[in-house]
Amino acid sequence: MRSRKTYRLSFSLLLAALVVCFGLNISLGSVSIPFSETFSTLVGGNLENRSWEYIIWNYRIPKAFTAILVGSGLALSGLLMQTLFRNPLAGPFVLGISSGASLGAALLIMGSSLFSGFMAFGLLNDISLAIASSIGSFLVLLGVMVIAAKVKDTMALLIIGLMFGSITAAIVSVLSYFTDAEKLQQFIYWSFGSVGNLSWAQLSILLGIILIGILCSILSIKALNAFLLGEDYARSLGVDLKRSRYLIIMATGLLAGSVTAFAGPIAFIGLAVPHLTRQIISTTDHKILIPAVLVYGAILMLLCDTVAQFPNSASVLPINAITSILGAPVVIWLLVRKRRMIF
Amino acid sequence: MSFKKDEKLRLTLEVADLAIGYKSAVIAKNINFNVSEGELMAIVGINGIGKSTLLRTLGNVQPKLSGSIKIEQRELENYPALKLAAKISLVLTEPIASKNMSVLELIALGRQPYTNWLGSLSKEDRTKIKEAISMLQLEELQHRKCFELSDGQLQRVMIARALAQDTTIILLDEPTTHLDLYHKVKILKLLKSIAHRTKKTIVFTSHEIEMAIQLCDKMVLLDRKNNPFGQPCHLIEQGAFEALFPGDAVSFDASTGSFRIQK
Repeated sequence: MRSRKTYRLSFSLLLAALVVCFGLNISLGSVSIPFSETFSTLVGGNLENRSWEYIIWNYRIPKAFTAILVGSGLALSGLLMQTLFRNPLAGPFVLGISSGASLGAALLIMGSSLFSGFMAFGLLNDISLAIASSIGSFLVLLGVMVIAAKVKDTMALLIIGLMFGSITAAIVSVLSYFTDAEKLQQFIYWSFGSVGNLSWAQLSILLGIILIGILCSILSIKALNAFLLGEDYARSLGVDLKRSRYLIIMATGLLAGSVTAFAGPIAFIGLAVPHLTRQIISTTDHKILIPAVLVYGAILMLLCDTVAQFPNSASVLPINAITSILGAPVVIWLLVRKRRMIF
Repeated sequence: MSFKKDEKLRLTLEVADLAIGYKSAVIAKNINFNVSEGELMAIVGINGIGKSTLLRTLGNVQPKLSGSIKIEQRELENYPALKLAAKISLVLTEPIASKNMSVLELIALGRQPYTNWLGSLSKEDRTKIKEAISMLQLEELQHRKCFELSDGQLQRVMIARALAQDTTIILLDEPTTHLDLYHKVKILKLLKSIAHRTKKTIVFTSHEIEMAIQLCDKMVLLDRKNNPFGQPCHLIEQGAFEALFPGDAVSFDASTGSFRIQK
């Protein structure tokens, strides 16, 4: 409600930063392409070097879009969870959604040696991996939703999410103990996270799911704001608690589940971005916060990916490591500076 | 208590044979009272007798066990959620979930039952918010964050939020705990003036029996038996306060309307 002008300014700055980061992300990579050439490809010009054009259109741009979707999706799911669970430390990992995805991936990659018939079909590719981790995260989400209907306390739900995570981690370690080195390596590569392997077709599926997640969040804006007071107050304001909780949990699951399915488990974006956004936009109104975290998440993910690319060298660092290395100090800094995390 | 005055005031909250508590245990039963518009009523009693439970039951936070609660002649459970949100607003003891809200944002949330699906504030909403802010004298605090406020200030903000919700009835659970004597009196006098000026029914639970006797229009005494109800002066005449506490520590002095410590 306070001066809309300041928000407009913050949003213009955020959008400008997004454009800059997008440009930076696609002009840097393992192959050095001059910035002017990158730009002329984007506006539709023809390059003399066909391979550069190919790299930009079929590798770098899908990767940049993936980074945007991954960052936005995780950041929004983090915001939703922090509000729903009234806990500043909530994030997509807490509900066990990411663990569910890991379990799905682990079962497919490492379990396939136990159920060798499955391997015969040569199912082990990126798409089957995405499907397996989606199924994993949605099964966990379904479990959480069934329990949410019985347990009224959101703190209990949070702990149940953590327990799901522990169970998953246990199963994954048992699987890795029995599996061979090659499979284990494959699983570890998946768990590094990556935004680089999506085709345009996969990208459009991810976009579709994330748009549904954003739509559910927009429909929940009023309930989310009421939840800031606590559930009893929200009910006294006429909010349908059950319906709103389902809608918000569903949105979280769609966002975090689909991202983890396609890009692997990516840490800290979901937790840190909502807090960083609150640093620059001083409001708790979700009408403002939702678009802000979407843009901020995209910016941060593009930056992390640019760093992970390790410009002009062939090596690509695991993106999960980059987000953790950048994200963990940010969370510590926020805690130290503000003494406590408020949301 | 002239008959004419009673006729003029509309009954807003009627409670008959109410039993409250949880499935496993009845906390209090045989509760009967009624309050009209513009009246301030206190619910008093010793610790653990069910004051908060009663208030939360009235506010539809928890279900009643039996009996009836009528809001403007209609049973509480027959109200759809949104309609009820326009009838009853709450000020509870539990801390609000997000202290990062500004005072203005928090008070504006009181308008939720009336706003559109995005929660955009209309001109009327802004007027009501402004009225609530000026009635609670929060003009200077309105851009502060809630974590910067003292307990007394936050309590005023929460009352302003309930006021902005513009309901027939405002229920407050122990609005004066954690406050010093001065601020206790300030809050209670404020509640009284709000009730009389805005014609809202205000019901609160309290341990401040002596203040309630002086300020309230009506009182309910929870005593595990017949829960006497009435105007404070009538309750004194009936000797209702003498039975409120076990007789070994304090006694009630009917002439001054206060409790004395037994030496």
